[in-house]
Amino acid sequence: MAFIELNHVFKTYSNGVTALADVNLQINRGEFVFVIGESGSGKSTLNKLLYREEKVTKGNVMVGGVNVSKLKNSNVYKLRRKVGVVFQDFKLLPKLTVYENIAYPLETYGLDSAVIREKVMDAVERVGLKDKIRSYPNQLSGGEQQRVCIARAIVNRPKLIICDEPTGDLDPKMSREIMDVIEKINKELESTVIMSTHDKEIVNRMKKRVICIHNGVVVSDTEKGKYLEYEDN
Amino acid sequence: MKIIRIIGRGIKDAGKSVFRNFSLSLASISSTAITLIIVSLAIIFTYNVNSITKHIEDVLTVIVYVEKGTDETDVNTLKEHILYNDNVVSESLEYKTPEDIKASIPDSSDLKNVLNILDENPLKSTFVFKVKDVKKISDTANEVRGFDHVAEVKYGESVANKLVSMLEVIRNACVITVIALIFVTWFLISNTIKITIFSRRNEISIMRLVGTSNTVIKLPFLVEGLILGILGSLIPITLTIFGYMFFYDFTGGHLFSEIIELVNPNTIVYTTSLVLLIVGGLVGMVGSLNAVRRYLKI
Repeated sequence: MAFIELNHVFKTYSNGVTALADVNLQINRGEFVFVIGESGSGKSTLNKLLYREEKVTKGNVMVGGVNVSKLKNSNVYKLRRKVGVVFQDFKLLPKLTVYENIAYPLETYGLDSAVIREKVMDAVERVGLKDKIRSYPNQLSGGEQQRVCIARAIVNRPKLIICDEPTGDLDPKMSREIMDVIEKINKELESTVIMSTHDKEIVNRMKKRVICIHNGVVVSDTEKGKYLEYEDN
Repeated sequence: MKIIRIIGRGIKDAGKSVFRNFSLSLASISSTAITLIIVSLAIIFTYNVNSITKHIEDVLTVIVYVEKGTDETDVNTLKEHILYNDNVVSESLEYKTPEDIKASIPDSSDLKNVLNILDENPLKSTFVFKVKDVKKISDTANEVRGFDHVAEVKYGESVANKLVSMLEVIRNACVITVIALIFVTWFLISNTIKITIFSRRNEISIMRLVGTSNTVIKLPFLVEGLILGILGSLIPITLTIFGYMFFYDFTGGHLFSEIIELVNPNTIVYTTSLVLLIVGGLVGMVGSLNAVRRYLKI
């Protein structure tokens, strides 16, 4: 059984916009998958369904054997502890230091401070930010802030890492660095990575599985694929 | 241990938030304080109205004048008839002969002098009793009036009756005011915390994204509401204790006349303060939970 399975998934928002229509996907454990498509194609909705920020209108979303679409609101946090999310806009807390930002989820889980320290130090080492742990987010470059966001996402060793256009706000050099970090984590932690992106250069360079969504429909799904610019005929 | 750490963190975060958002906290505390002061006034007023009503009810007696020349057997029958009425407080029933009444009149009184001059005591023997329910006093009096050998029945009559029913209206109005004000406090705290939470919605959304349970997210806000509510009740409590004590001393424990006796401060200020503290704390928590709930949907 695949780690992630989407069966006949439909998502229609309350304003009537259909973001996804009959999406069927299977993603295996440890896979690295790019999800591409123009703005408004449904990439972000797909991500949000995986970490239950949105609910499906029809169909089933299974993550690690759990039917996410049937998860109760009060139990969503259990899923989120197994899923790390990396955002384009980092979503860091400005009043907390790098260390505190990364430790934040673990503190709210009620873990012991020694355990938290060990996990946080492991995460900062993996993203190469060991010398910046006392800095505040506004003292860091965009690339560094994104590394903090990645460290926070991986600090609890999640089985799934969802990256929502993580390089969208970064220059090409920084983007490459970030992609190297994520690829390394994918190999070392054997976490499944699903990354939505617009970055043609990255997709073409990394030669991973590429799923292309257009108008809410999966139009292509290729192993070691390239960036595909799909246009209406 | 895990639960203790989570609760400890909740309390720490709540404390930090109260100081970090000081102006908002102050707004919340002062609005709570103002409404609780009015709640306190209403409670003390209700207590006093209750006490005055009770006082009036206590002093309100029915006097039954027995016809002259009624023999002892008939007097006893009449007594039994009176006691048969449910509204009569049996322990309060007292029979006074004309001589008893004459004896109870002070020697210095002119009436006593007149009575002394007369050969025969013109006074009638009487039954005096209190009633359980003042509202039914006229029914009771009318019933007794119909008994044999009853010359006349008198009681505090219309003034007392009206006063009691008026006080009852005031008391009910006070209770409604207290309940309404508790809602106002809840609304004010809820709204102020909504503003605090709005400025922290980013933090809440991040907490949710990283897998913090709703209970853990709510905890600091719950404690914050409790702190704000309790802080907001401190000024009203101080005012209640010292203000009422001062008022009591200033008026000498009586208002307008000796009949309107104020309740002793020691018997009510501490209870009222406890009520204010509990209302402040509870309303703070409920208001806060109400405000945070909308950010925890989906």
